[in-house]
Amino acid sequence: MPEQLLFAMEVTLNGLMAGVLYALVALGFVLIFKASGIFNYAQGVMALFAALTLVGIQQGQVPFSHLINAVFGTEIHHFPWHVPSIIAIILAAGVMVLFAYLVEKYILQHLIGQPDIILFMATIGLAYFMEGFGDIMWGSEIKTLDVGLPQGMNLAIDETTFNMFGYGFFIDNLDIVAAIVAALLVTSLVIFSQYTKQGRALRAVADDHSAALSVGISLRFIWVLVWSIAGFVALVAGIMWGAKSGVQFSLSLIALKALPVLMLGGFTSIPGAIVGGLIIGVGEQLFEFAIGPMIGGATQNWFAYVLALVFLIFRPQGLFGEKIIERV
Amino acid sequence: MLDAAQTAEKTARNAGENLLEVNNIEVIYNHVILVLKGVSLNVPKGSITAILGGNGAGKTTTLKAISNLLQSERGEVTKGSILHMGENVAELNPSALVKRGVIQVMEGRHCFEHLTVEENLLTGAYTRTDGKAAIASDLEMVYDYFPRLKERRKSQAGYTSGGEQQMVAMGRALMSRPDMILLDEPSMGLAPQLVEQIFEIVKKVNEQEGVTFLLAEQNTNVALRYAHYGYILENGRVVMDGPAAELRENPDVKEFYLGMSDEGRKSFRDVRSYRRRKRWLA
Repeated sequence: MPEQLLFAMEVTLNGLMAGVLYALVALGFVLIFKASGIFNYAQGVMALFAALTLVGIQQGQVPFSHLINAVFGTEIHHFPWHVPSIIAIILAAGVMVLFAYLVEKYILQHLIGQPDIILFMATIGLAYFMEGFGDIMWGSEIKTLDVGLPQGMNLAIDETTFNMFGYGFFIDNLDIVAAIVAALLVTSLVIFSQYTKQGRALRAVADDHSAALSVGISLRFIWVLVWSIAGFVALVAGIMWGAKSGVQFSLSLIALKALPVLMLGGFTSIPGAIVGGLIIGVGEQLFEFAIGPMIGGATQNWFAYVLALVFLIFRPQGLFGEKIIERV
Repeated sequence: MLDAAQTAEKTARNAGENLLEVNNIEVIYNHVILVLKGVSLNVPKGSITAILGGNGAGKTTTLKAISNLLQSERGEVTKGSILHMGENVAELNPSALVKRGVIQVMEGRHCFEHLTVEENLLTGAYTRTDGKAAIASDLEMVYDYFPRLKERRKSQAGYTSGGEQQMVAMGRALMSRPDMILLDEPSMGLAPQLVEQIFEIVKKVNEQEGVTFLLAEQNTNVALRYAHYGYILENGRVVMDGPAAELRENPDVKEFYLGMSDEGRKSFRDVRSYRRRKRWLA
């Protein structure tokens, strides 16, 4: 096989892996948008906050230590313990559920029946509040996240491909793990929403709030449920991205990467978020590989958005977005 | 014969066998708009009671005050009381009311468009805790009443016809095993034949399942043929009430709501005298 083609294949594979990470972030948006029609601007910050909390718990950081030290003149920073990764993940998930509950109680509940744009504005406020709150709680320095996920080149793939084609593919172990985790997450979410009573209620709420109320579905419960799931998805995304590039405040910007994915896949479709993520991931890498050198490179910065724009023109509801049913 | 039945009904009313009592409620939207100005009604157990009146008379508001769907629309019951089986239910949220057995079928159907017909029906059983087997058998019961829904159980509700959607909404309510259904404007946008069919089913459910109905209707003619008792609302007040048979014979009801008078159908030229007489009612 010619070297060029092999190289393109490798790029494609890496693109798929990167796409999985985009999809993970997009998934959180889709969940909340589906159930409440809110575009949750804070989704990226939720991923950051979840990752910060995870690292903080894992390393036994004292929350609000800067504040405490400033007020009382003490010098405490860490508890004398480290928490095992798995327990830290469970605790961080618990924190995200608590967060969901508080968001419902103090924000959403007071905005019932308001136009969507008001709710959107509220999530912008929430995003900046959480960014600052995360900063006060855990400090602003860059942290490394290590929950024991394998990192670095996958030797097995390198070896097999080298034996087959005489050219070893470079695939990051972390990306493989991310792909597996994402697949599991999506499968369980789809099963949950299609085959369980609460999942059905969730879809019912997504369709018609007042009808859902009339059959006795509690909107408050459903919202806490949805924000909890979105919080959990944010935690998973935060772990993957955090493990890849460290936990820092730029992590919240991954939300921007999710936008074109959403436009491509549709705001209301869980499979759409995945496929959209993969298309963006592969498209971005291949474009950079094939066309990039001709036009000076760095196409990754804008390719996804241009692709999304094209999609907006031809298929505004996205690839898998729910068709707006209108009887005539 | 008729008199005896009426006396029996009157005694039942006085003896407190009302499933639902609404006492002089006042409803205000957005803290300023007074919509109901003191509405009282009694719904005897096992009856079909109709609330009649034109647009904006307060029919829907009355039903929503009972099911407490008002809250999400910034409405509020500011005076009066609502008793279900003798207990005050004005403070209960819709979910608690559904558990108690009071469920509303909203005006304009409100199906879950992207859910299949069967999934729609199953959401009606959301508050139930009596197990899958009971729910499955009730699903069969609903399909017995609405055979059409069984044929279409796998299609998305958004793609079904208006009549089918009304059936879905009613079947969904039935799935909660209610003792009382608040049915808002079931005839809206349906062909006369279909309206008749829907009311036949209401009657059947009422007789066979013992479900009490309180329905709001603009179609006075049909409603008074199927209901036992009627209340006429105008401008947020009850202006007249009585057994359906009596209301049907009442000259004013005939003239204002059924479009008939002693001289036969009114022509548009007589509209002025209509207005003058109408003021008497309001």
